[in-house]
Amino acid sequence: MPHTSAGPQIEQLITLLSRLPGLGPRSARRAVLHLIRRKESLLEPLGRSMIEAAQRIQSCKQCGNIDVRNPCAICDAPGREQTSLCVVEQVGDLWALERAGAHRGRYFVLGGVLSAIDGVRPEDLHIDRLLALAEQPQITEVILALSANVDGASTSHYLSDVLAKANVTVTSIARGVPVGGELDYLDDGTLSAALQSRRSV
Amino acid sequence: MEWQTNGYVLAVRRHGESSAIIDVFTREHGRYCGLVRGASGKRLRGILQPGNLLHLHWRARLSEHLGMFTVEGGSSLAAPLLDDPVALSGLLAACAIINHTLPEREAHERLYDAFSFLLEEMQNLEVWPALYIRLEVGILDELGYGLDLSKCAATNETENLTHISPRTGRAVCASAAEPYLDKLLPLPQFLSGKGFDLEADDLKNGLRLCAYFLERRLLWPANKQLPDARERMMDRLKI
Repeated sequence: MPHTSAGPQIEQLITLLSRLPGLGPRSARRAVLHLIRRKESLLEPLGRSMIEAAQRIQSCKQCGNIDVRNPCAICDAPGREQTSLCVVEQVGDLWALERAGAHRGRYFVLGGVLSAIDGVRPEDLHIDRLLALAEQPQITEVILALSANVDGASTSHYLSDVLAKANVTVTSIARGVPVGGELDYLDDGTLSAALQSRRSV
Repeated sequence: MEWQTNGYVLAVRRHGESSAIIDVFTREHGRYCGLVRGASGKRLRGILQPGNLLHLHWRARLSEHLGMFTVEGGSSLAAPLLDDPVALSGLLAACAIINHTLPEREAHERLYDAFSFLLEEMQNLEVWPALYIRLEVGILDELGYGLDLSKCAATNETENLTHISPRTGRAVCASAAEPYLDKLLPLPQFLSGKGFDLEADDLKNGLRLCAYFLERRLLWPANKQLPDARERMMDRLKI
Protein backbone atom coordinates (compact mmCIF):
# COMPACT_ATOMS: atom_id res chain seq x y z
CA MET A 1 0.00 0.00 0.00
CA PRO A 2 1.41 3.41 -0.88
CA HIS A 3 1.74 5.86 1.97
CA THR A 4 -1.12 8.38 1.87
CA SER A 5 -0.76 11.89 3.17
CA ALA A 6 -4.16 13.26 2.16
CA GLY A 7 -7.79 12.39 2.79
CA PRO A 8 -9.65 9.72 0.80
CA GLN A 9 -11.41 12.27 -1.48
CA ILE A 10 -8.10 13.80 -2.52
CA GLU A 11 -6.53 10.37 -3.01
CA GLN A 12 -9.53 9.40 -5.14
CA LEU A 13 -9.04 12.53 -7.25
CA ILE A 14 -5.34 11.72 -7.70
CA THR A 15 -6.17 8.13 -8.68
CA LEU A 16 -8.74 9.25 -11.24
CA LEU A 17 -6.50 11.94 -12.74
CA SER A 18 -3.58 9.51 -12.98
CA ARG A 19 -5.66 7.45 -15.43
CA LEU A 20 -5.72 10.29 -17.96
CA PRO A 21 -3.40 10.12 -20.96
CA GLY A 22 -0.03 11.73 -20.26
CA LEU A 23 -0.47 11.64 -16.49
CA GLY A 24 0.98 9.22 -13.97
CA PRO A 25 0.55 9.18 -10.16
CA ARG A 26 3.22 11.85 -9.59
CA SER A 27 1.97 14.27 -12.22
CA ALA A 28 -1.62 13.66 -11.09
CA ARG A 29 -0.58 14.59 -7.55
CA ARG A 30 0.97 17.83 -8.84
CA ALA A 31 -2.16 18.59 -10.85
CA VAL A 32 -4.37 18.02 -7.80
CA LEU A 33 -2.21 20.27 -5.64
CA HIS A 34 -2.43 22.93 -8.33
CA LEU A 35 -6.22 22.58 -8.44
CA ILE A 36 -6.52 22.77 -4.66
CA ARG A 37 -4.41 25.91 -4.52
CA ARG A 38 -6.79 27.51 -7.05
CA LYS A 39 -10.00 26.16 -5.60
CA GLU A 40 -12.37 28.99 -6.57
CA SER A 41 -10.80 29.88 -9.89
CA LEU A 42 -10.03 26.36 -11.17
CA LEU A 43 -11.16 23.38 -9.09
CA GLU A 44 -14.82 24.35 -8.67
CA PRO A 45 -15.38 25.57 -12.27
CA LEU A 46 -13.62 22.45 -13.55
CA GLY A 47 -15.84 20.22 -11.44
CA ARG A 48 -18.97 22.02 -12.64
CA SER A 49 -17.83 21.83 -16.27
CA MET A 50 -17.12 18.14 -16.01
CA ILE A 51 -20.51 17.39 -14.48
CA GLU A 52 -22.26 19.46 -17.12
CA ALA A 53 -20.28 17.87 -19.93
CA ALA A 54 -20.93 14.36 -18.58
CA GLN A 55 -24.66 15.08 -18.49
CA ARG A 56 -24.95 16.71 -21.90
CA ILE A 57 -22.37 15.05 -24.18
CA GLN A 58 -23.78 12.69 -26.76
CA SER A 59 -22.74 11.02 -29.96
CA CYS A 60 -24.21 12.55 -33.12
CA LYS A 61 -26.67 10.11 -34.67
CA GLN A 62 -25.69 11.23 -38.17
CA CYS A 63 -21.90 11.40 -38.17
CA GLY A 64 -20.74 9.93 -34.83
CA ASN A 65 -19.07 13.18 -33.70
CA ILE A 66 -19.25 14.11 -30.03
CA ASP A 67 -21.23 17.21 -29.12
CA VAL A 68 -23.78 18.50 -26.65
CA ARG A 69 -26.44 18.61 -29.33
CA ASN A 70 -27.80 16.02 -31.69
CA PRO A 71 -27.31 16.36 -34.67
CA CYS A 72 -23.95 17.92 -33.89
CA ALA A 73 -22.97 21.51 -34.76
CA ILE A 74 -21.16 20.36 -37.92
CA CYS A 75 -24.06 18.30 -39.28
CA ASP A 76 -26.47 21.10 -38.44
CA ALA A 77 -24.38 23.97 -39.85
CA PRO A 78 -26.37 25.58 -42.69
CA GLY A 79 -23.39 26.83 -44.69
CA ARG A 80 -21.54 23.54 -45.05
CA GLU A 81 -21.17 21.66 -48.29
CA GLN A 82 -23.66 18.82 -48.41
CA THR A 83 -22.11 16.99 -51.37
CA SER A 84 -18.91 15.59 -49.86
CA LEU A 85 -18.55 13.25 -46.93
CA CYS A 86 -15.18 12.78 -45.21
CA VAL A 87 -14.74 9.42 -43.43
CA VAL A 88 -12.38 9.44 -40.44
CA GLU A 89 -11.32 6.79 -37.98
CA GLN A 90 -11.96 8.53 -34.64
CA VAL A 91 -13.49 11.75 -33.33
CA GLY A 92 -9.96 13.08 -32.74
CA ASP A 93 -9.27 12.86 -36.48
CA LEU A 94 -12.47 14.80 -37.22
CA TRP A 95 -11.44 17.51 -34.80
CA ALA A 96 -7.96 17.65 -36.38
CA LEU A 97 -9.41 18.14 -39.88
CA GLU A 98 -11.88 20.69 -38.61
CA ARG A 99 -9.10 22.57 -36.81
CA ALA A 100 -7.16 22.73 -40.07
CA GLY A 101 -10.26 24.02 -41.85
CA ALA A 102 -9.33 21.79 -44.76
CA HIS A 103 -12.73 20.20 -45.31
CA ARG A 104 -15.94 22.21 -45.54
CA GLY A 105 -18.27 19.29 -46.10
CA ARG A 106 -19.74 16.66 -43.81
CA TYR A 107 -17.97 13.98 -41.78
CA PHE A 108 -18.49 10.41 -40.73
CA VAL A 109 -16.69 8.73 -37.82
CA LEU A 110 -16.08 5.08 -38.67
CA GLY A 111 -15.12 4.03 -35.13
CA GLY A 112 -11.80 2.33 -35.98
CA VAL A 113 -10.12 0.37 -38.76
CA LEU A 114 -10.07 -3.29 -39.68
CA SER A 115 -7.31 -5.01 -37.78
CA ALA A 116 -6.23 -8.63 -37.89
CA ILE A 117 -4.30 -8.40 -34.65
CA ASP A 118 -6.96 -6.55 -32.66
CA GLY A 119 -9.74 -8.66 -34.13
CA VAL A 120 -11.64 -5.68 -35.54
CA ARG A 121 -14.02 -6.97 -38.21
CA PRO A 122 -16.28 -5.08 -40.63
CA GLU A 123 -19.29 -5.63 -38.36
CA ASP A 124 -17.45 -3.83 -35.53
CA LEU A 125 -17.34 -0.61 -37.57
CA HIS A 126 -20.25 1.69 -38.51
CA ILE A 127 -20.21 0.62 -42.15
CA ASP A 128 -23.98 0.17 -42.53
CA ARG A 129 -24.58 3.73 -41.31
CA LEU A 130 -21.89 5.02 -43.68
CA LEU A 131 -23.49 3.27 -46.63
CA ALA A 132 -26.91 4.66 -45.72
CA LEU A 133 -25.44 8.16 -45.53
CA ALA A 134 -23.52 7.79 -48.80
CA GLU A 135 -26.70 6.69 -50.56
CA GLN A 136 -28.37 10.03 -49.81
CA PRO A 137 -28.90 11.76 -53.16
CA GLN A 138 -27.03 14.98 -52.28
CA ILE A 139 -23.75 13.12 -51.50
CA THR A 140 -21.54 12.90 -54.60
CA GLU A 141 -18.10 12.25 -53.10
CA VAL A 142 -16.86 10.18 -50.17
CA ILE A 143 -13.33 11.07 -49.03
CA LEU A 144 -11.57 8.30 -47.09
CA ALA A 145 -9.28 10.06 -44.60
CA LEU A 146 -7.93 7.04 -42.76
CA SER A 147 -4.45 6.46 -41.34
CA ALA A 148 -1.65 5.91 -43.85
CA ASN A 149 -0.72 2.51 -42.52
CA VAL A 150 -1.44 -1.09 -43.48
CA ASP A 151 -4.68 -1.33 -41.47
CA GLY A 152 -5.90 2.06 -42.69
CA ALA A 153 -5.16 1.17 -46.30
CA SER A 154 -6.88 -2.21 -46.11
CA THR A 155 -9.93 -0.55 -44.52
CA SER A 156 -9.97 2.04 -47.32
CA HIS A 157 -9.97 -0.72 -49.94
CA TYR A 158 -12.76 -2.53 -48.11
CA LEU A 159 -14.83 0.66 -47.88
CA SER A 160 -14.33 1.50 -51.53
CA ASP A 161 -15.76 -1.94 -52.40
CA VAL A 162 -18.74 -1.40 -50.09
CA LEU A 163 -19.34 2.14 -51.38
CA ALA A 164 -19.44 0.88 -54.96
CA LYS A 165 -23.12 0.16 -54.23
CA ALA A 166 -23.75 3.88 -53.70
CA ASN A 167 -23.60 6.25 -56.62
CA VAL A 168 -20.64 8.29 -55.31
CA THR A 169 -17.04 9.02 -56.23
CA VAL A 170 -14.72 7.49 -53.64
CA THR A 171 -11.40 9.27 -53.08
CA SER A 172 -8.71 9.01 -50.43
CA ILE A 173 -6.33 11.54 -48.95
CA ALA A 174 -2.79 11.61 -50.38
CA ARG A 175 0.27 10.01 -48.80
CA GLY A 176 3.79 11.37 -48.96
CA VAL A 177 6.14 14.12 -47.89
CA PRO A 178 4.72 16.27 -45.06
CA VAL A 179 4.86 20.06 -45.25
CA GLY A 180 8.30 21.07 -43.96
CA GLY A 181 9.61 17.53 -44.41
CA GLU A 182 13.15 16.99 -45.66
CA LEU A 183 13.68 13.94 -47.82
CA ASP A 184 16.86 12.98 -46.02
CA TYR A 185 14.94 12.41 -42.78
CA LEU A 186 11.96 10.51 -44.18
CA ASP A 187 11.57 6.76 -43.81
CA ASP A 188 11.68 4.49 -46.88
CA GLY A 189 7.95 3.80 -46.80
CA THR A 190 6.97 7.48 -46.90
CA LEU A 191 9.44 8.17 -49.70
CA SER A 192 8.16 5.22 -51.68
CA ALA A 193 4.51 6.31 -51.19
CA ALA A 194 5.41 9.89 -52.13
CA LEU A 195 7.04 8.77 -55.36
CA GLN A 196 4.11 6.52 -56.21
CA SER A 197 1.69 9.42 -55.70
CA ARG A 198 3.74 11.91 -57.76
CA ARG A 199 1.88 14.34 -59.97
CA SER A 200 2.77 16.66 -62.82
CA VAL A 201 3.60 20.26 -61.89
CA MET B 1 20.36 -11.59 -22.68
CA GLU B 2 20.49 -9.94 -26.09
CA TRP B 3 20.67 -10.60 -29.78
CA GLN B 4 20.65 -8.65 -33.03
CA THR B 5 19.29 -9.71 -36.36
CA ASN B 6 16.91 -8.77 -39.15
CA GLY B 7 13.27 -9.68 -38.97
CA TYR B 8 9.85 -8.99 -40.43
CA VAL B 9 7.14 -7.22 -38.46
CA LEU B 10 4.10 -9.48 -38.14
CA ALA B 11 1.89 -7.45 -35.83
CA VAL B 12 1.95 -4.28 -33.75
CA ARG B 13 -0.21 -3.76 -30.67
CA ARG B 14 -0.26 -0.43 -28.89
CA HIS B 15 0.89 -0.59 -25.31
CA GLY B 16 0.24 2.46 -23.17
CA GLU B 17 0.46 5.86 -24.76
CA SER B 18 3.62 5.66 -26.79
CA SER B 19 4.90 2.08 -26.70
CA ALA B 20 3.93 -1.02 -28.63
CA ILE B 21 4.37 -4.76 -28.33
CA ILE B 22 5.49 -6.10 -31.67
CA ASP B 23 5.61 -9.61 -33.06
CA VAL B 24 8.49 -10.19 -35.45
CA PHE B 25 9.66 -13.17 -37.48
CA THR B 26 13.40 -13.76 -37.57
CA ARG B 27 15.48 -16.46 -39.20
CA GLU B 28 17.55 -17.30 -36.12
CA HIS B 29 14.98 -16.92 -33.35
CA GLY B 30 11.63 -17.55 -35.04
CA ARG B 31 8.60 -15.57 -33.94
CA TYR B 32 9.47 -13.20 -31.13
CA CYS B 33 7.59 -10.58 -29.12
CA GLY B 34 9.01 -7.52 -27.46
CA LEU B 35 8.27 -4.01 -26.31
CA VAL B 36 9.23 -1.02 -28.42
CA ARG B 37 9.37 2.30 -26.63
CA GLY B 38 8.33 5.37 -28.61
CA ALA B 39 6.54 3.24 -31.19
CA SER B 40 3.93 5.90 -31.89
CA GLY B 41 6.56 8.60 -32.38
CA LYS B 42 7.37 10.12 -35.76
CA ARG B 43 10.54 8.07 -36.23
CA LEU B 44 9.05 4.65 -35.66
CA ARG B 45 5.37 4.67 -36.55
CA GLY B 46 6.09 4.55 -40.27
CA ILE B 47 8.44 1.61 -40.09
CA LEU B 48 6.50 -0.47 -37.57
CA GLN B 49 4.10 -1.81 -40.17
CA PRO B 50 3.34 -5.48 -40.89
CA GLY B 51 5.63 -6.86 -43.59
CA ASN B 52 8.47 -4.39 -43.09
CA LEU B 53 11.95 -5.83 -42.67
CA LEU B 54 13.77 -4.23 -39.72
CA HIS B 55 17.08 -4.50 -38.00
CA LEU B 56 16.23 -5.66 -34.48
CA HIS B 57 18.14 -5.53 -31.25
CA TRP B 58 16.39 -7.50 -28.49
CA ARG B 59 17.46 -7.12 -24.89
CA ALA B 60 16.15 -8.50 -21.57
CA ARG B 61 17.57 -9.24 -18.15
CA LEU B 62 16.37 -12.86 -18.25
CA SER B 63 15.64 -14.91 -21.36
CA GLU B 64 12.04 -15.59 -20.28
CA HIS B 65 11.25 -11.87 -20.03
CA LEU B 66 9.26 -10.12 -22.73
CA GLY B 67 12.28 -7.94 -23.46
CA MET B 68 12.66 -4.73 -25.37
CA PHE B 69 13.41 -4.16 -29.01
CA THR B 70 15.46 -1.35 -30.44
CA VAL B 71 14.59 -1.14 -34.11
CA GLU B 72 16.00 0.47 -37.20
CA GLY B 73 14.33 0.64 -40.57
CA GLY B 74 15.43 -1.85 -43.18
CA SER B 75 13.23 -2.50 -46.19
CA SER B 76 9.79 -1.00 -46.35
CA LEU B 77 7.87 -3.75 -48.12
CA ALA B 78 4.43 -2.61 -46.96
CA ALA B 79 4.42 0.93 -48.37
CA PRO B 80 4.53 0.00 -52.09
CA LEU B 81 1.55 -2.31 -51.53
CA LEU B 82 -0.76 0.19 -49.83
CA ASP B 83 -2.47 1.08 -53.10
CA ASP B 84 -2.79 -2.53 -54.27
CA PRO B 85 -5.74 -4.09 -52.44
CA VAL B 86 -5.06 -7.65 -53.59
CA ALA B 87 -1.35 -7.63 -52.69
CA LEU B 88 -2.06 -5.85 -49.40
CA SER B 89 -4.60 -8.50 -48.46
CA GLY B 90 -1.99 -11.18 -49.25
CA LEU B 91 0.63 -9.43 -47.14
CA LEU B 92 -1.74 -9.19 -44.18
CA ALA B 93 -2.86 -12.80 -44.58
CA ALA B 94 0.75 -14.04 -44.69
CA CYS B 95 1.70 -12.05 -41.58
CA ALA B 96 -1.45 -13.17 -39.77
CA ILE B 97 -1.08 -16.87 -40.58
CA ILE B 98 2.54 -16.92 -39.40
CA ASN B 99 1.61 -15.01 -36.26
CA HIS B 100 -1.38 -17.25 -35.65
CA THR B 101 0.22 -20.63 -36.09
CA LEU B 102 3.90 -20.52 -35.16
CA PRO B 103 4.91 -20.97 -31.55
CA GLU B 104 7.10 -18.25 -30.06
CA ARG B 105 10.87 -18.45 -29.92
CA GLU B 106 11.26 -21.48 -32.18
CA ALA B 107 13.46 -21.04 -35.23
CA HIS B 108 11.96 -22.17 -38.55
CA GLU B 109 14.55 -21.21 -41.11
CA ARG B 110 12.84 -22.78 -44.11
CA LEU B 111 9.61 -21.03 -43.28
CA TYR B 112 11.45 -17.75 -42.84
CA ASP B 113 13.00 -18.13 -46.28
CA ALA B 114 9.61 -19.00 -47.81
CA PHE B 115 7.97 -16.02 -46.09
CA SER B 116 10.77 -13.71 -47.20
CA PHE B 117 10.48 -14.92 -50.81
CA LEU B 118 6.70 -14.49 -50.73
CA LEU B 119 6.94 -10.88 -49.53
CA GLU B 120 9.50 -10.05 -52.19
CA GLU B 121 7.16 -11.39 -54.89
CA MET B 122 4.08 -9.68 -53.48
CA GLN B 123 3.75 -7.30 -56.42
CA ASN B 124 3.61 -10.21 -58.86
CA LEU B 125 0.01 -11.44 -58.83
CA GLU B 126 0.86 -14.34 -61.15
CA VAL B 127 3.16 -15.82 -58.56
CA TRP B 128 2.38 -14.86 -54.98
CA PRO B 129 -0.94 -16.70 -54.41
CA ALA B 130 0.77 -20.01 -55.18
CA LEU B 131 3.70 -19.04 -52.95
CA TYR B 132 1.24 -18.23 -50.18
CA ILE B 133 -0.26 -21.72 -50.45
CA ARG B 134 3.23 -23.21 -50.37
CA LEU B 135 3.89 -21.20 -47.22
CA GLU B 136 0.84 -22.73 -45.55
CA VAL B 137 1.91 -26.21 -46.65
CA GLY B 138 5.33 -25.36 -45.21
CA ILE B 139 3.77 -24.34 -41.88
CA LEU B 140 2.04 -27.73 -41.65
CA ASP B 141 5.27 -29.47 -42.55
CA GLU B 142 7.43 -27.54 -40.07
CA LEU B 143 5.02 -28.09 -37.21
CA GLY B 144 4.87 -31.85 -37.73
CA TYR B 145 1.64 -32.17 -39.71
CA GLY B 146 3.11 -32.21 -43.20
CA LEU B 147 1.27 -33.58 -46.19
CA ASP B 148 2.85 -36.70 -47.68
CA LEU B 149 3.00 -35.99 -51.39
CA SER B 150 5.72 -38.49 -52.22
CA LYS B 151 3.52 -41.42 -53.27
CA CYS B 152 -0.03 -42.73 -53.34
CA ALA B 153 -1.21 -43.98 -49.94
CA ALA B 154 -3.15 -46.82 -51.62
CA THR B 155 -0.99 -47.99 -54.54
CA ASN B 156 2.47 -46.52 -53.82
CA GLU B 157 2.39 -44.92 -57.26
CA THR B 158 4.45 -41.75 -57.51
CA GLU B 159 2.76 -40.39 -60.64
CA ASN B 160 -0.65 -38.83 -61.23
CA LEU B 161 -1.30 -37.88 -57.61
CA THR B 162 -4.56 -35.94 -57.70
CA HIS B 163 -6.07 -36.00 -54.23
CA ILE B 164 -5.25 -35.91 -50.52
CA SER B 165 -6.79 -38.07 -47.86
CA PRO B 166 -8.39 -35.77 -45.25
CA ARG B 167 -7.77 -38.38 -42.57
CA THR B 168 -4.05 -39.03 -43.09
CA GLY B 169 -2.84 -36.08 -45.18
CA ARG B 170 -1.33 -38.52 -47.69
CA ALA B 171 -1.61 -38.23 -51.45
CA VAL B 172 -3.87 -40.50 -53.48
CA CYS B 173 -3.45 -41.22 -57.20
CA ALA B 174 -6.27 -40.70 -59.71
CA SER B 175 -7.21 -44.36 -60.11
CA ALA B 176 -7.33 -45.03 -56.35
CA ALA B 177 -9.20 -41.79 -55.73
CA GLU B 178 -11.96 -42.57 -58.24
CA PRO B 179 -14.42 -44.28 -55.82
CA TYR B 180 -13.90 -41.68 -53.05
CA LEU B 181 -13.96 -38.39 -54.95
CA ASP B 182 -16.62 -36.93 -52.66
CA LYS B 183 -14.49 -37.61 -49.55
CA LEU B 184 -11.00 -36.69 -50.78
CA LEU B 185 -9.55 -33.21 -51.10
CA PRO B 186 -8.33 -32.21 -54.58
CA LEU B 187 -4.56 -31.69 -54.77
CA PRO B 188 -3.40 -28.74 -56.94
CA GLN B 189 -0.81 -29.97 -59.40
CA PHE B 190 1.68 -27.22 -58.56
CA LEU B 191 1.91 -28.67 -55.06
CA SER B 192 2.73 -32.17 -56.28
CA GLY B 193 5.84 -30.91 -58.01
CA LYS B 194 4.37 -30.71 -61.51
CA GLY B 195 5.73 -27.31 -62.43
CA PHE B 196 4.40 -23.92 -61.49
CA ASP B 197 1.49 -23.56 -63.89
CA LEU B 198 -1.78 -22.80 -62.20
CA GLU B 199 -5.01 -24.30 -63.43
CA ALA B 200 -8.42 -22.75 -62.91
CA ASP B 201 -9.29 -24.21 -59.51
CA ASP B 202 -5.79 -24.69 -58.17
CA LEU B 203 -5.82 -21.67 -55.86
CA LYS B 204 -9.24 -22.48 -54.48
CA ASN B 205 -8.33 -26.15 -53.97
CA GLY B 206 -4.95 -25.27 -52.45
CA LEU B 207 -6.41 -22.82 -49.94
CA ARG B 208 -9.22 -25.22 -49.12
CA LEU B 209 -6.74 -28.05 -48.59
CA CYS B 210 -4.53 -25.95 -46.30
CA ALA B 211 -7.49 -24.54 -44.38
CA TYR B 212 -8.72 -28.09 -43.72
CA PHE B 213 -5.46 -29.24 -42.16
CA LEU B 214 -4.52 -25.96 -40.48
CA GLU B 215 -7.85 -25.84 -38.71
CA ARG B 216 -8.00 -29.47 -37.64
CA ARG B 217 -4.34 -30.04 -36.81
CA LEU B 218 -3.20 -26.67 -35.48
CA LEU B 219 -5.91 -24.14 -34.80
CA TRP B 220 -8.98 -25.90 -33.45
CA PRO B 221 -7.00 -27.87 -30.79
CA ALA B 222 -5.67 -24.49 -29.60
CA ASN B 223 -9.19 -22.99 -29.68
CA LYS B 224 -8.27 -20.67 -32.56
CA GLN B 225 -9.79 -19.93 -35.94
CA LEU B 226 -8.20 -19.03 -39.26
CA PRO B 227 -7.40 -15.31 -39.26
CA ASP B 228 -9.95 -12.96 -40.81
CA ALA B 229 -7.19 -11.53 -42.98
CA ARG B 230 -7.01 -14.87 -44.84
CA GLU B 231 -10.71 -14.76 -45.59
CA ARG B 232 -10.39 -11.17 -46.85
CA MET B 233 -7.50 -12.27 -49.09
CA MET B 234 -9.73 -15.02 -50.57
CA ASP B 235 -12.44 -12.43 -51.22
CA ARG B 236 -9.90 -10.21 -52.96
CA LEU B 237 -8.65 -13.12 -55.06
CA LYS B 238 -12.32 -13.87 -55.85
CA ILE B 239 -11.98 -17.45 -54.68
